Amino acid sequence: MKAEKYFIQGNEACARGALKAGCRFFAGYPITPSTEIAEDMAVFLPREGGSFIQMEDEISALGAVIGAVWTGLKAMTATSGPGFSLMQEHIGYAAMTETPLVIVNMQRGSPSTGQPTMASQSDMMQSRWGSHGDYEIIALSPSSVQECFDFTAEAFNLAEKYRVPVMVMGDEIVGHMREKIIIPDKVEILPRQMPKEGPETFLPYQAPPEGTSAMPAFGDGYKMHITGLTHDERGYPDASNPQTHSELVNRLCDKILKKTAEIARIQEESTADADVIALSYGAPSRSALKAVRNARNQDIKAGFIKLDTVWPFPEELVRETTKNAGKVVVVEMNLGQIFYEVQRVLPEVKVELLPKIGGEMQSPQEILEKIKSI
Amino acid sequence: MDKTRENRFMKYLRKDRLPNIFCAGCGNGIIMNTFFNGMEMAEIDFENIVLVSGIGCSSRIPGYVKCDSLHTTHGRPISFATGIKLANPELDVVVFTGDGDAAAIGGNHLIHGARRNIDLTVICINNSIYGMTGGQISPTSPKGSYGSTAPYGALENPFNLSELVKAAGATYVARWTTAHPVQLSNTIKKALLNKGFSFVEAVSQCPTYFGRKNRMKSPIEMMHRMKEESVLKRKADQLTESELEGKLVVGEFQNKTAPEFSDKICRLLEDKCVTGKPSSLKSAYQED
Amino acid sequence: MRKDIRIAGFGGQGIILAGIVIGKAAALHDDMFAVQTQSYGPEARGGASKTEVVISDEEIDYPKIENPDILVAMSHEALMAYLDDLKDGGILIIDPDMIPEEDVLPFVKEHNIKLYKAPATRTADEKIGLKIVANIVMIGAITRITKVVSEDSARKAVAESVPPGTEDKNLAAFEAGAALADGGV
Repeated sequence: MKAEKYFIQGNEACARGALKAGCRFFAGYPITPSTEIAEDMAVFLPREGGSFIQMEDEISALGAVIGAVWTGLKAMTATSGPGFSLMQEHIGYAAMTETPLVIVNMQRGSPSTGQPTMASQSDMMQSRWGSHGDYEIIALSPSSVQECFDFTAEAFNLAEKYRVPVMVMGDEIVGHMREKIIIPDKVEILPRQMPKEGPETFLPYQAPPEGTSAMPAFGDGYKMHITGLTHDERGYPDASNPQTHSELVNRLCDKILKKTAEIARIQEESTADADVIALSYGAPSRSALKAVRNARNQDIKAGFIKLDTVWPFPEELVRETTKNAGKVVVVEMNLGQIFYEVQRVLPEVKVELLPKIGGEMQSPQEILEKIKSI
Repeated sequence: MDKTRENRFMKYLRKDRLPNIFCAGCGNGIIMNTFFNGMEMAEIDFENIVLVSGIGCSSRIPGYVKCDSLHTTHGRPISFATGIKLANPELDVVVFTGDGDAAAIGGNHLIHGARRNIDLTVICINNSIYGMTGGQISPTSPKGSYGSTAPYGALENPFNLSELVKAAGATYVARWTTAHPVQLSNTIKKALLNKGFSFVEAVSQCPTYFGRKNRMKSPIEMMHRMKEESVLKRKADQLTESELEGKLVVGEFQNKTAPEFSDKICRLLEDKCVTGKPSSLKSAYQED
Repeated sequence: MRKDIRIAGFGGQGIILAGIVIGKAAALHDDMFAVQTQSYGPEARGGASKTEVVISDEEIDYPKIENPDILVAMSHEALMAYLDDLKDGGILIIDPDMIPEEDVLPFVKEHNIKLYKAPATRTADEKIGLKIVANIVMIGAITRITKVVSEDSARKAVAESVPPGTEDKNLAAFEAGAALADGGV
């Protein structure tokens, strides 16, 4: 693949972003509306010397991904709502064992089987804490085909840097939409780090309070024991020790939350003098942007914020860009998920929700009316 | 302890994790011994072994062995092992699992692993009960046996695991008990050498729960019972269903050759790869 | 300048591919911006099928279509579902073998619609001998009638979007469709 223009779907762009970023293993299970990612990986991975496997369900798909990652590959899976629910068990395992991996979730109308061919953003809270326990992950939200490529590629680097599952939380609209994208010849790749120490002295879970350790692969002679049980610096189970658990789980959260400033990103337009700001992410952010531009044409001081990173929530950036605005409209394809997070970080601001479910996103007109009425 | 009398397999263990958590009389120790014995007989390089396990007493074994080991989620070790084997087909990947882990919550992964004939050696320690959670019945608990969730006796039919895995497509399947350590060692050797999905059903005793709840006073008694109930597969094939009532068929259920899954993938990569490098071994560490 | 195009029919008519081809022509060969979206039911064949293409000389914010400038209806059901959304003064292209003209005339009159008839299915069958190229015939008609993409770009997009070995038949279908437009209303 040379640097070229393509007119492809968001799902195809995710697959190509992953391949460019060095992903060499995909395990998945067919599910609408994300299946094209698996189909593309099945075609392209063998050409790059990588392996594709269709597993018996989404639980085992993520299990196989984790196995491949510990054996020295970059790996991913892709799914949608019901499959994402099944994966929660292994998302928790990956968080606990600090396994870097990427999951693309092209969200569809839910709960349960819901609307397989229609869009939603109703898995956003699940992406953060869908597995049991205290843990943090990173979630990105693409709103275009180009971002599907860029964010998936970036997800692999974030996963390695923070040793954490990174989720690309798309939706049916961006997954199935076709747009022109530019695929560069090369993207930046962050290689996994081998320890400087030899097997005799290396401790696989010895890490600074807000950081991670290097990660050798199975077969490298480090003879690691990796477990989902609460473990000490050696990786050994120490499940009844309150201090071991507290230190471990605090670190799993702090290595993400306390690095929010370096992880989280937003995009904005016309926020500096805005009275009212439309805040959105993913596909409906494009509707919100159109609404804000229309509002400006009508001399309404409206501004636009799009969350590129949803988790960790870009608190400081949202506070900073809304500091002159008295009102914020949160536009999301659910009945209010990120809305409560915005309310939490902007206690002095009038924050209102413009929800939408049913499979389609808010129209620019609907958002403009809300901007006017808030 | 007198160094000269140290168990000859101690060198394979993480001594800093001993003593282990297994109850006195548990069959796990015998099975660890037969595993190391089988591994040595097969002349498998210990350095090349990755042990994978699920959740349960038997799944704690890899944590005591000084090799790369992945202690995963309940029922899913075969899925993790599948990823390991495909990421580095040179590794000898062994799964330690139990009857609850492999036959209940992980039953689907078990049959699909067998169906793919992926080169894994699955050692299923079948003690017919959930030990770690305190004696609940499992999918292999004999009908009428007692457990804390079957206070009036198990009503369900048990799985015949070896027959199940054979039917699903495994290329090596055998069942022995902890009362047959020599045969078990030999079987583990064959399983490790088989290029394909190998399933070793190691019938074992849980004196703490199965024994206590089913009026078997000691591990010795349980092992005697297993030995008495055992009928060789060859002989069992001549017996009727009613003659086999209450018997435990031991021996090889399957031993054949068939194309192996990771091999097929390697060949596909050689065929389709356009980069000139049909392997991505350890590629996560590369800059491009 | 933004143009919103909606093409609708039933599954199996190649509706979505028609949208992809027009989007490709604009995005890859005319150096415009384009977004193609689609919606469909669970049926692979026979159910309702719709594709939307937005073409613009600047980056496209809102990727969906509320009131198209151009509506192409290849089934009666599609016409009934989407006719009311068509912009006043917009372009309506129908396959007259699928849709009786009298069904649309009142709307056309009232909203000052420019109506074109393109018998894509019949043309595909009679001129090319392949009913399945009706969608490519329609692309030819759309291209010449609306000029949303250049004809050269559309030809390139057709050639690179159809199965290898079928380029000639499909390009012939495209030309036959374009010729339909010359026939006028």
